[in-house]
Amino acid sequence: MMRLSHGGGIDRSRTLRFRFDGRDYAGHPGDTLASALLANGVRLVGRSFKYHRPRGIMAAGVEETNALMRLGEGTRAEPNLKATQVPLVDGLVAASVNCWPSPRFDLRAAHQIASPLFPAGFYYKTFIWPAWHLFEGPIRRAAGLGIAPGGPDPDRYVHAHARYDVVVIGAGPAGLQAARAAAASGETILLVEADFRLGGSALWRDGFDPDAAQVALDALPNVTILKRTEVFGYYDHNALAAVEQLEGAGPRQRLWKLRAGRVILATGALERPLVFAGNDRPGVMLASAAQAYARRFGVLAGKRVVVATNNDGAMEAASALEAAGAQVTVIDSRAGIFVTAAKGALGVKAARLSDGRTLPCDLIAMSGGWSPVAHLFSQSGGSLRYDDSIHAFVPDCAVQPVTVVGGAAGDLGALAIAPVWEVPGRGKKFVDFANDVTARDIAIAASENYVSVEHLKRYTTLGMGPDQGKTSNVNGLAILGALTGRGPQAVGTTRFRPPYSPVSFGALAGPLVGRLQRPMRYLPAHGWHVARGARFEEHGPWVRPTAYPLGGESWEAAALREAAMARSGAVLFDSSPLGKIEVCGPDAARFLDRIYVGTASTLKVKRARYGLMLNEHGIIVDDGVFVRLAEDRFLVHTTSGGADRIAAMMDEWLQCEWTDLDVVILPSTTQWAVLTVSGPAARDLVAEIGIDIDLADFRHMTWRTGRVAGFEARVLRASFTGEASYEISVGARHATALATILHSAGALPIGIEALMILRTEKGYLHIGVDTDGTTTPDDVGMAGAIAGKASDFIGRRSLLRSEALRTDRLQLVGLASDSRKLPVGAHVLGPDRASPGPSDGHVTSSVDSPTLGRPVALAMVRRGRSRFGETVHLYDMGERMTATIVDPVFVDKAGERLRA
Amino acid sequence: MLLIDCPHCGLRDEVEFVCGGESHILRPDIVASDADWADYLFIRDNPKGLTFERWQHGFGCGAWFNVARCTATHEIQGVYGMTEPRPVLP
Amino acid sequence: MSRYSLFSLARNALSGHRHWPQAWRSPEPKPRYAVVIVGGGGHGLATAYYLARNHGIRDVAVIEKGWIGGGNTGRNTTVVRSNYLFPESARFYDHSVRLYEGLSKELNFNIMFSQRGMVTLAHSRHDLDAQRRWANSMRMNGIDSDLLDRDGVRALAPGFDYSEDARFPVMGGFIQRRGGTARHDAVAWGYARAADALGVDIIQNCEVTGFDVGADGVTAVQTSRGRIGAGRIGLTVAGNSTLLANKLGFRLPITSYALQAFVSEPVKPMLDTVILSPAIGVYVSQSDKGELVIGGGLDHYASYAQRGNLPTVEAVTAGLLTLFPACSRMRMLRQWAGTVDVVHDSTPVFGASPVKGVYLNCGWGTGGFKAIPAGGWCLAHNIAKGEAHPLTAAFGLDRFASGAMIDEAAASGIAH
Repeated sequence: MMRLSHGGGIDRSRTLRFRFDGRDYAGHPGDTLASALLANGVRLVGRSFKYHRPRGIMAAGVEETNALMRLGEGTRAEPNLKATQVPLVDGLVAASVNCWPSPRFDLRAAHQIASPLFPAGFYYKTFIWPAWHLFEGPIRRAAGLGIAPGGPDPDRYVHAHARYDVVVIGAGPAGLQAARAAAASGETILLVEADFRLGGSALWRDGFDPDAAQVALDALPNVTILKRTEVFGYYDHNALAAVEQLEGAGPRQRLWKLRAGRVILATGALERPLVFAGNDRPGVMLASAAQAYARRFGVLAGKRVVVATNNDGAMEAASALEAAGAQVTVIDSRAGIFVTAAKGALGVKAARLSDGRTLPCDLIAMSGGWSPVAHLFSQSGGSLRYDDSIHAFVPDCAVQPVTVVGGAAGDLGALAIAPVWEVPGRGKKFVDFANDVTARDIAIAASENYVSVEHLKRYTTLGMGPDQGKTSNVNGLAILGALTGRGPQAVGTTRFRPPYSPVSFGALAGPLVGRLQRPMRYLPAHGWHVARGARFEEHGPWVRPTAYPLGGESWEAAALREAAMARSGAVLFDSSPLGKIEVCGPDAARFLDRIYVGTASTLKVKRARYGLMLNEHGIIVDDGVFVRLAEDRFLVHTTSGGADRIAAMMDEWLQCEWTDLDVVILPSTTQWAVLTVSGPAARDLVAEIGIDIDLADFRHMTWRTGRVAGFEARVLRASFTGEASYEISVGARHATALATILHSAGALPIGIEALMILRTEKGYLHIGVDTDGTTTPDDVGMAGAIAGKASDFIGRRSLLRSEALRTDRLQLVGLASDSRKLPVGAHVLGPDRASPGPSDGHVTSSVDSPTLGRPVALAMVRRGRSRFGETVHLYDMGERMTATIVDPVFVDKAGERLRA
Repeated sequence: MLLIDCPHCGLRDEVEFVCGGESHILRPDIVASDADWADYLFIRDNPKGLTFERWQHGFGCGAWFNVARCTATHEIQGVYGMTEPRPVLP
Repeated sequence: MSRYSLFSLARNALSGHRHWPQAWRSPEPKPRYAVVIVGGGGHGLATAYYLARNHGIRDVAVIEKGWIGGGNTGRNTTVVRSNYLFPESARFYDHSVRLYEGLSKELNFNIMFSQRGMVTLAHSRHDLDAQRRWANSMRMNGIDSDLLDRDGVRALAPGFDYSEDARFPVMGGFIQRRGGTARHDAVAWGYARAADALGVDIIQNCEVTGFDVGADGVTAVQTSRGRIGAGRIGLTVAGNSTLLANKLGFRLPITSYALQAFVSEPVKPMLDTVILSPAIGVYVSQSDKGELVIGGGLDHYASYAQRGNLPTVEAVTAGLLTLFPACSRMRMLRQWAGTVDVVHDSTPVFGASPVKGVYLNCGWGTGGFKAIPAGGWCLAHNIAKGEAHPLTAAFGLDRFASGAMIDEAAASGIAH
C-alpha cells in the first residue's frame, strides 16, 4: 500500500497528524481516516463481532462493515464510527473496537477455534442447563463493540426546520444534474450530500466534472447545498430527516426536519462482496473501493491485485488500479474461474482459484454486482422489485411525490452480471461481515425452516449489525432463495426503516434536554421566596416552596412550625398556581351544571361553591371552588396541576359536543398572583394592611373586589387550611410587593408541606393523592350533591353502573394511630390479616398533627364509612401496625374556625 | 410526520396538533342502557383504512375540526368542520 | 423432537451443521381441525402448545397471515414483569412470569429469560408515596418488590444524572427483581417447535378472509389457502383484532396505535437492569448483544402502518438523555414499530366473544409480550373447557357495561 505521487482530491502540501491505536501517523486534507490508514500501510484495523477475526478496510463509504473506530477520548469519545466516513483532521485520535489488547494480538481470537460450536442460533440450543444466567454474564461481556463514553456530552445539538419545493438527495452525477434541471423552473431546491465533497462516484470515475457542476449550482440563487448531511429518514407527507455534521466551536450536529414538495433520490448504488472463503481477510476489498482509494485519495491499496468479479463493472477498477501502477489479474467467474479462497491470516497473501492455481497478491478487489440504494424509497412506502438484468432490487411503485434517478434507480450501465451467489469451496464465506454471518449459517437456517426473510434475519442476525445489511442483504436472500428453490423476488426483502445509517441520540434529542427538557414554572414572587430561605420542590408543573426552614431547622420541622402558626396566628401561602379559568357567556351556568357534579346555576353572584369534576367514566378528575362573578361570568378554580387539562377539556366539550352553548373559556391562571392569608389572626392582618372591602360583611365562601394595600384585588373567602382565609388575587406583577407587605404585617410564609398537614387534619381531599383512577364521588362521601340534581353532568351515567353501586368499595376515612405516623402507601389488611392476602385499602395521606399532638392519616378503606371505631391492621414493606378507623375530619368538625 | 390543513391556519406540521380520536360518536342521554353507554365510552370503529377523527390545532388557533385520514397510509383525504357530517369520499 | 443441547451442538459441528432437523414443519392445511388458532404470534403458538400439552387437544392448527412471530411478538422491547397494582392483573401476570422462569427447559429452547430486575424510578416525594402503595400491593399479591433509595438506584444504574440540579432528580424507586427480559423471537420459535412436536400444524402465509358461522356458532375459517373447518377458534391477532372481529360481525373496545422502540449500536455492558421512568416517559435496558433497547409512549394517533414517527423518537430520546446523559454520543441503529390494541383500562379483553365458539385474546396494549405464556395457558383452558380460566375471568367483554374496569394505566408505567 502506498500513497501515489499525484492525483486524487487530497492536498499533499499540508500534513495532518493523527493517532490510531497508540501510534502516530500522517495524512492530508481530503483524506478520510480510512484512506489515511491505507496510505500508511495499515491493513489490520479491528476484529469481528462474534469470531474476533482480523479485519481490514472493506469499503470506502457508508457501507463499511469492518473498520469501526472509537473516535476521540474522554467524554467526547464516540464508539463504532466507520473510518470510511470520518474526514481526517489534525490531532484526530482513533482506536479499534472489540479487541484487546490490539487488533494484532486479540485475546478473544480464541473464539475462532471454538467457532464450529457457534453457528447461527447456537445460543437457542444450549445454555439451557443448568440455567441461562450462569452463561449470560460472560456472553454479555464478550458482546458489544465499542465502549460507551463515561460522562455527559460536552457538546450541543440543534434542530432546524425547512421547506423546499424540491429536495435532491445525493450529489453524485445524477443528483447534480437533477438539481440543475429542477432549478431551471425557479423552484427552491435543496441538494443534500452526506460526503464532505460533492461528486459521489465522479470523484473516482471519469466522465463527469463535479467541480464544474458545483460552480454552476453555486451561481443559482434558488439552490441550497448541504454537505456532510445525511438524510436518514423518509416519513409521511414527504417529510425527511437529516443530520448535518457541523464544524467549529458551535453545536456539533444539526437535525434537519425537511418538508419537500417533491423528492429526487439520487443515492447511487453500493457494490456487493463475493461470497468466497476468507472473503473477510484484511486486503479483500470491494473493487469500487479500491478504485476510489486510488482515484480520489491517491492511495494504492495493493501492488499485486487480483480483481474477482462476476460483472463488467469491475473492469473499470482493474484499469484504474493498473493505471496507478498495480499489477492486476482479473478473475472473472463468467469465464468459469472463481477466486475460491483468500489466503493469509492477518492480511491477504494469495488468492486460490477454482482451477487449482494460487495467485500471490496483496489485494483482492471483489465485485459481486451492485445494489441500488433504495432504502429511503422503501421508507417512503414505495415498493421494490427484483430486476433480473442487474440482479438487484430497484424502486418500483412510489406512493409519495418522489422520483429516483441514476444508480439508485438501477441505471448502472451494462453490467452483464452473472451472479454466483455462493462461490463453491470450503471455508468460512462471509455474507454479513458486521455480524459474522456465513453462507453456512444461512444453510442452517434454511434446513431448520427459518425460510422467511424475516426469520432468516432474526435467526442468523443477517443484516442487523452496525451497517444494517447494506452489502449483505441481496447476497443473503439470494443464497436462501437458491437453497429453497425460490428467486430473490419470491424471497423478498425486509422493509427498510429509519435510520439509513446510525444517528446520534444527541442529534435526535436536540437542545431540549436536561434542564430544558420540560420547562420549570416559577412563581411570580419566586425571588421573594428565595430570600425568605424557602426550600423548593416541583409540584405538578410548578416550582413551589416546600417550607421555610430557619437556621439549621429541617424542612419537616419547619412545616410543623408553620402549620401550628396557621392554627394560632396568621400565615401567608402563595397560591398563585391555583388554576383559574373564567367561564363567560349567556350559557355559562348551564355549561357548568354539566361540568360539575354539583349545581352552578343556583349560585348567587359573589358567592362561591365547592365542586367536583368527573370524567365520563364517573372518576373524579379535579375539584375546586367556583365563584359567580356576574350572572354570565364564573371563575372556576382548579387544582394547580389541573389548570391546563381542565381548560382544554372544557374547550373540547364546547367546540365538539355542546356547540349550541354560547360560552367562552378564558384560562387566566398566570395573569393573577394569589396570596392567601389564613389563620385566626388573618382578618385583623388584612384589615391592618388596608382594604376597602367591608370585612364585617364578608363571609366564608363569598367573593369581593376592591383594593388591598393599594392594589386592585379580587378576594375570595375559601379555605384549604380549615382556618378563616382570604385568597387575595392581584396582578401577577404585584406578587412580590404584596407578599412583602403581608409579611411585614406579620403573616408568616408557609410552604406546601404545612398546607398538606393542615388540609389532612381537616380531611380535605387532595385529588390524585387521596383519589386515583378508580375514585367516584360516593367513595369520598360527596355523592350527596347528586341526588338533588335533575340534570345530566359529565360522568353521571357511569355512576349508575353496577360497579359504582357496589357496597364494598373503598371509602375515604381517617385513621388514628397513637404511636407513629403511618406510612403513606401502607395497606390495610383484610379480615384474616394475611399478607400476602386481600387488601382492604391503603393509606393516602399521613401527617404528624401539630394541632392534636399525634399522627393523623387519611385512607381509602373497604366499606370504610361503616367501620368507624374499628381497629385495623396495616402492612408496610414487611412491617405491621395498627390504627383505628375514624371520621376523616380531625380538626373543627363543625367548621367554626373557617367561618370566623 | 403528518402535514395537516388547519381550516384557519393552513398547512402545519403534526406536532402543533392534538388528536382527539374518532369523531361522530353520539353522546347518549342519561337514560341509555348500560350496553349503549358502554358503546359510547369504549367501542370504536378502529378501521384499517379511512377514519374520521377530530383534531385540535392546540399549538395554534385552538380550533377543533374533523379530519378524514387513512390509518394504513396516513394519507389525509379531507378536513371539515366540527358540526359537518362525514363527507362521502371515494 | 430432536433435543437441543451442548452435546447435540457438538455432534452437529462434526458434520458441519448439515443435519439439523426443521424446527417446525410447514404442512398443507387439513380440511378441518378441532381448534383453529388465528394468529401465529407468541399468544397463538402458546395457546396451541398448551391445548396439546395441558388438555390433550392435538388436532390444532395455527394459521398465520405472514410468518410466525412477525407481529408484536417480534416488535417489542422484551420486558417481562408482573409489577401490577390490582390483584386481578398481578395474579395473571405473575403466572406468566412463573411460566417464563421454566420456559427454556419446558420447551428445550433457550428463550434467554434474564431476571436482571425491573426498576421503576421515583422523581418526587409524591412518586415515592405512590410507589410505596404499589410495592405494598405487589407484596400483598405475593409478588416480590423492594423499595430503593437514591443510592440503591445508583448502584444498579451508575450512568444516570445524579447531580444536584438534575431536571428529574432520582429520589428512589422500586424493583421487581424477578422482572427482566427474554429473547422475543425465541419465545415464538420455542413454542412453535414444541407445539409442532405435539402434532400442531403451523400454517404460515395463510390469511383469514372470513368465517363461516352457523346457528351453533362458528364452523370454519375462510383463508387465502381455502376453507378450514374449525370446531372452535381462538383469535390471537394483536394489531388486527378489530378487523377480524368485524369479519365475525362484532365490534371491540379497541383503538390501534403505533408503538415504537429503537436500539443503539452495540456497546460493552453499561446497564444491567431494566429501568423505567414514568415521569420522563422512557424505559431502557441493554440486550445481551450490547444494544441499548429504548422505548416510550405511543404515537399520538390511530395507525395500522407498523411504522413510527420522528416526533415520538425525538421526545423519547430527549427523555433518555435527560436521565442518562452518557448516551448522547451513542447512535440509534434500528427503529421499528408495532401496532398495539389499546383498551381504556390497559387490561386485556379475554375469553368468550359474542360469536359462539370464538374466543378472544386481545387488547394487550403495550404489554402483550410478557403475557404470552399465561395468555396461551388461559386461552387454551378457555377453549378446551368452554369457560374462563380463573386468572382471566375478570378480563371479559362484560366489564365494559358493568364498569368493572381494572385500570392499570398507572401500573403500565407509560401513560396512554
